[in-house]
Amino acid sequence: MSRLDFAAVLADWPLLLRGAALTLLLTAVATVLGIALGIACARARTHGRPLARALAAAYVELIRNTPFIVQLSFIFFGLPSLGLRLSSEAASIIAMTLNLGAYAAEIVRAGIEATPRGQLEAARSLALSERQVFLKVVLPPSLGRVWPAMVSQVVIVMLGSAVCGQIAAQELSYYANLIMSRNFRSFEANFVAAALYLALAAVLRQALAWIGPRWLFGRAATAGR
Amino acid sequence: MVDFSVWQILSNLLLAARWTLALSLIAFAGGGVVGLALLAARLRRGPLVRLAVAAYVQVFQGTPLLIQLFLAYFGLGLFGIDVSPWIAAGAALTLYAGAYLTEIWRGCVDAIPRGQWEAADSLALSFGEKLRHVVAPQALRIAVAPTVGFLVQVVKGTALASIIGFVELTKTGTMIANATFRPFTVYACVALMYFALCWPVSIASRHFEKRMRRDR
Repeated sequence: MSRLDFAAVLADWPLLLRGAALTLLLTAVATVLGIALGIACARARTHGRPLARALAAAYVELIRNTPFIVQLSFIFFGLPSLGLRLSSEAASIIAMTLNLGAYAAEIVRAGIEATPRGQLEAARSLALSERQVFLKVVLPPSLGRVWPAMVSQVVIVMLGSAVCGQIAAQELSYYANLIMSRNFRSFEANFVAAALYLALAAVLRQALAWIGPRWLFGRAATAGR
Repeated sequence: MVDFSVWQILSNLLLAARWTLALSLIAFAGGGVVGLALLAARLRRGPLVRLAVAAYVQVFQGTPLLIQLFLAYFGLGLFGIDVSPWIAAGAALTLYAGAYLTEIWRGCVDAIPRGQWEAADSLALSFGEKLRHVVAPQALRIAVAPTVGFLVQVVKGTALASIIGFVELTKTGTMIANATFRPFTVYACVALMYFALCWPVSIASRHFEKRMRRDR
């Protein structure tokens, strides 16, 4: 067994740091857009017209039953033949957003369907419009109910973004690959990358658990549980 | 550039889907064995073992499957093993599936009320008997839906094996796309193949879940 040399990999820490920063940036953008898309689809599936319902359901099923790497390849390699040429970062963000959106739609829908009838009746009796009922009464507590599941899904998408290095988006796994092609410390480079992903996942979990109740749905939404 | 009709693309992809299916089954079966072994260790042994299993699950659920595949591919090589993509992909996906399955099944066992264990204790059943006659029959009923659901995740996970050179559906798609310069059609076909594989499984999982809720 050849000797392991982690120092050769760690010497390139600025590259790893830059990669980790882009991984977090891609994840942050995709999280905001993906959750918004998920909420829109969840609303379409619970309140929409038959056509909107069917379209949202088709989108959710299509994404959830195909691998992320195929979705990414289709967007990055396939769409240019329709004249839509994307940078690798833009393709990564679109793929991650579409991916998260489908899972988020199912998660949010579960939250919406658990809304007590009495709350809807109370909101309607105050003459709120349907839109107000959804945005002010139904959505915030629904998000609160399903937030732990949403956080897990965001972490899964962040880990999935390791594939984006394959289309040359310069995130963490891209730099791990670059480092190993330079010094041939393949195992060490991937080991260090794995450790960094583990740390990123822990940080992301904590950050989202903190952000959710403060900015998204209010502490009252979770306090009732 | 090679000219392929859509039919030829589909038939080639269909042939490649065999390997996706084979790898999925290997990973699922292997993961099942690992998952069961870890579950047994967790139920039976002391806090130290429980901690070790929890750490194992954390590591495999907290790192990208792609990196796990790379680590298996390069890591096995460190021990002087001549690593074929089959072995690396099989090993990595087995360990990955094992981590998820043991966590799913632990949830199912935890869902069995404590009183059931205590009742079994009071009948002086051994650990194996308690598991076989009291806990397992109830836990299995709960476990079916999420386990079948996880199979979808395994099938999708095998797509990453294409990156370490395992020629399955995704890799074949990439090769055909490069040969024909028709990535749009080819990747759409690849996606449809995965959909055809996974969708029925998803529907089955939902069906089991509904049935379980109804039976309660």
